[in-house]
This record gives sequence, structure tokens and C-alpha cells, in this order.
Amino acid sequence: MRRELVARIVLGAMVAAMVLPLLAIIAYLVAKGAPLISLKFLTTNPTHGMREGGIWSALLGTIYLVVIALAVSAPIGVLCAVYLNEYAKDNWLTRMINLAVVNLAGVPSIVHALFGLGAFVLFAGIGRSILAASLTLAIMTLPVIIASTKEALAAVPMSFREACWNVGASRWQTIWSIVLPNSLSGILTGVILQVSRTAGETAPIMFTGAVFFKKIQSGTLFAYSLTDQCMALSMHLYTVTTQVTNAPEPLPYAIALVLLGAVLAVNAASIVVRSLLRSRKKW
Amino acid sequence: MTASQTDNLKRPRMARSMAAILGERTIELIIRICGVSAIVFVFGIFLFVLREGAPLIGKLDWTKVLFSQEWYPTSKGNVRYGVGALIVGTLSVTGLAMLFAVPFGIGAAVFVSEFSTGKVKETLKIVIEMLAAIPSIVWGFIGLSVMNRLIQQYLPAPVGLNLLNGAILLALMSVPIIVSIGEDALKAVPDSYREAAMAMGATRWQTVYRVLFPAARNGLLAAALLGVGRAIGETMAVLMATGHAVNIPKSIFDPIRTLTATIAAELGETAVGSDHYRMLFLIGVLLFSITFVVNLLADLAVRGVRKQ
Repeated sequence: MRRELVARIVLGAMVAAMVLPLLAIIAYLVAKGAPLISLKFLTTNPTHGMREGGIWSALLGTIYLVVIALAVSAPIGVLCAVYLNEYAKDNWLTRMINLAVVNLAGVPSIVHALFGLGAFVLFAGIGRSILAASLTLAIMTLPVIIASTKEALAAVPMSFREACWNVGASRWQTIWSIVLPNSLSGILTGVILQVSRTAGETAPIMFTGAVFFKKIQSGTLFAYSLTDQCMALSMHLYTVTTQVTNAPEPLPYAIALVLLGAVLAVNAASIVVRSLLRSRKKW
Repeated sequence: MTASQTDNLKRPRMARSMAAILGERTIELIIRICGVSAIVFVFGIFLFVLREGAPLIGKLDWTKVLFSQEWYPTSKGNVRYGVGALIVGTLSVTGLAMLFAVPFGIGAAVFVSEFSTGKVKETLKIVIEMLAAIPSIVWGFIGLSVMNRLIQQYLPAPVGLNLLNGAILLALMSVPIIVSIGEDALKAVPDSYREAAMAMGATRWQTVYRVLFPAARNGLLAAALLGVGRAIGETMAVLMATGHAVNIPKSIFDPIRTLTATIAAELGETAVGSDHYRMLFLIGVLLFSITFVVNLLADLAVRGVRKQ
């Protein structure tokens, strides 16, 4: 019995070793960065070589990148998952696709950056721009969206589809009117989770469209155009910590806190959505 | 199980207009195209990265490149592209990180899967998800600002940005994936195994150690491998926290530099089409190949689990 107790304590300590750093990091960032954060900090552009002013241009850039990246990857990812779950037979092609999805998910972010630079910026001639950076991010998020959507589709009971086919609906009609509506919550949860991942990425956008500094018009949501380069929160944190000398001490903490806060808030939202919908499910 | 199994059932079809049928054909074609997109992208990534690096392949002395630790890509007279030290840097920081992350990750997976229930379990899973969500740039910043100072203060290290710093960050970053895949592997072991062990009078820990670990061996191996893959590919955190010195580490307090960080730090300063630029793409090909193999092995291990 003593061994049992020891095992329990050791394993518990291992869990604590993961949980405590998370709490410590959040607490430390809040303590250091929170005093600087205000509505004005969020909505004004950086000034004086990024040492003063707010983070608006970076925040807006991140929003652009995330929205465009997911607008591209969500439809492709969902349709790919529909193919895998609803159409694909168990043959070599399906196995290849599944293997490709697994490997795509494991490609290092810096290799995505090289691909984005080689394919979108140079080969396709888009140039370093929001569009090229978003497309790079889109490919990075694709495998995760495929995986989460597949799981959501697989959770719809087979009997639902059979009932629909039996009243004469074709395969696509069944997917459109039965399978997708019943798995929408799961699909959305997966996509929302990718919002936070996309917002946090730095390496893939460094060479494809994000810049250290860009002056934009403040007070409008449409300050960037697709072919512009942009600032991004993650990149801004990198810039301020490693490139800007004499930045006020709390500034990087505040930027990190905004980034982390946004990411965790999005994650929390998806967890809430998931548990709400899980409790409503009747099968 | 899958939709295809019902293919042979005869489904009554209603008469539909040509347009509706054509529309559906189009949509199904789009779905098929999206279906193979993942394959296209994996090949695309490999080909485009290789394409930028390829012209340099013939010009290099590859034994020198792979084993020399002299990385002087911008030297005026004598340019040398030895990635030996960078490979050792990547392997050492990944290895040290896994030394922390694998036992802790699997221990935490066991705790979540076997030793906790209800609310505690749900909360722990959410916390692990949160840990996984912290962006790598934030980890890098933590390494640069917090860990740097802690290491200098409490350990006999001349610099705070070193192998240990990067490894701790990488461990914290890869632990969530090890926990979640490891927990899946443990969950996949049928309850009858647990019941049989309990019926023989085994304690919970004995059950874990003697029954669940052997039964979930492949899944746990896959969890560790995916953690390795994650750590090798990580860029921003190691760029900021490891000191970025081309160096074969002699102790865990030495600064190092990884393959990923080298690309991130130098790509911005090279001219498109120059040898240095092409060399960085070749490092990308190397990274792609390493993670490809690691992921392939993890996939094979997982497939082993399913077969059981």
C-alpha cells in the first residue's frame, strides 16, 4: 500500500510540475504587464521607434492574418475531412491521405516559412504580403482542421445517414442536410482552436509578410490591404524584445499578456462551446 | 462503420433535374480535390523548399557540411557551411528536453487517465490544453526574461541563455502532446485488462506498471516520438532562449544553436538566390526529412495499437 501512495504522490507531483509553471507564467505576465494595458494601449499605433504608444497596428495585422488564413483553410479542411469520412474507401489513396495529414501536422513552422517564401512570395509572385503570409498560415492549420472535423463527422451516428438515404436523398444531400448540421458544433470548435494557434505563430510569417514596423492609418478597420505587409502581435513581441533597445520594461510583458490573453480566451471559448453542446446532444 | 459499407445497399432515387445532378457532381469533384490536397501540400512543401536549395547541392562537399562545425556563411574569403554543430545543437536540446518531458508527460498521462476522475480529470485536461496553447514566441520571451535571470541567480552558469534554458522551455511545450496522446493510448487499453488485474489483487500502481504499460507500449512510444517531432521543429523559443552560439555543448550550461533558429535568424539577411540563402533552404530540407521520419515512426507505432 505504501508503494501505491508513493506512486500517487510522485505522479501528482509530475502533474503539478506542469500546472504550476502555467499559473506562474500567467501570474507573472499579469503582474508585470497589466498596468500598461488600457483601451488606449490597444487602439493606438506604436510611436517613437515602438517605445511609446500602443499596439493597434500589430493587433489589426494579426486579425487580418487569422481571418484570411482560416477563411482559406477552413473550407478546404472541412471538405477534405468530408471526403475522408464520407466518401473515401479503405484503399491505398485514403491511407496516403491520412499519412499526409499526419506528416503535414508535423512539419516545423520554419519549414512552412521557407515554403511560403519559395512558393507564394517568389514562385507565385505575390510578394511579401498579408496574402502570402495568410496562405502560409492556412496550410499550417489545414491538417489540424482536417483531424478535428473528421472526428466531429465520425461522431454523427451511421443510422442518421441511413435514415436519410432511405428516404431517397443522395450522398451529398445527406451530407449537407444531416451530417454537417449535426457535426457543426464539433467542426466549429476545431476551427476556433486554430484561431488561437494562428494568432500565436511567428516563424511562418516572418519572411512572408510580417514586418517590424509599418505605419498605418489609425481608427479604421480597413487600414491594410491584401498586398500590404503588416505588423503582427507575435512579431511585435519578437521585435520589441530583441530588436528595440531601451524599450520601457513593462512593454514586452504587456504585449505578451495581450497575446496570451487573446489565445487563452479563444481556447476557453471553444471549451465552453464544446461542453455546452456536448450536454445538449441526445445520442 | 464507414459510409462505404452501405454502398451495396440499393437506394431508391427520385427523379431530379439535370441541374441538380450536375451541381452535385461539381461539389463532389471539389470534395475529391480537397481530399487529396493534403498529399499535394506535403509534396509541394518538399519540392518548393528543395527547389530553392537544389542549385547548391552539387557545389558542396557533403561530408564536410554534415560533420564540420564551422558555420561561417558570411565569411569574406573562406565561406564554410558546416552544420555539424547545428545538428548537435538541435539533438542536444531535444534530447535534454525529452529527458524531462517523456517521464513527466507519461506520468501525467497516467495520473489523468488512471488516478483521477470526474471534475479533477476534466480540469487537468483543460489545463493541459491551455499549456499547449501558449504561443512559442511567448515561451521564448519567458526564456529570455524570466528563466535567463533565474538560471543566472541559482545555478553555476555564466550565461542564462543556454542549453538548459531551451530544454526546459521545449519540455514544457512538448509535454501537452505527450500527455494527450499518452492518455489516448492508455484509454485504448480495454477495461477488462484492468478488471483482470484488480481481480488478481493488484494495486492500481501495479496494474499501471505491469498491465497498462506493456499493453499501451506502442501508443506511449508514439506519444514520445510526437513530442520529439515537436521539439525538433520548434523555432522561436529556442532562437530566443539558447544563446544562439554555434557551439558543441560540453555542459548543459553552454549556449547552443539549432537548425531551426539558424534559418529564422539568417534568412532575413540573405539575398534571394545567394549560396547562403540556398544553404538555409537545404537545412529546411534536412529538417523536413527528420520530422517526416519521426512522424512516420509515430504513425507506425499508433497503427500497431489499432491492430491490437
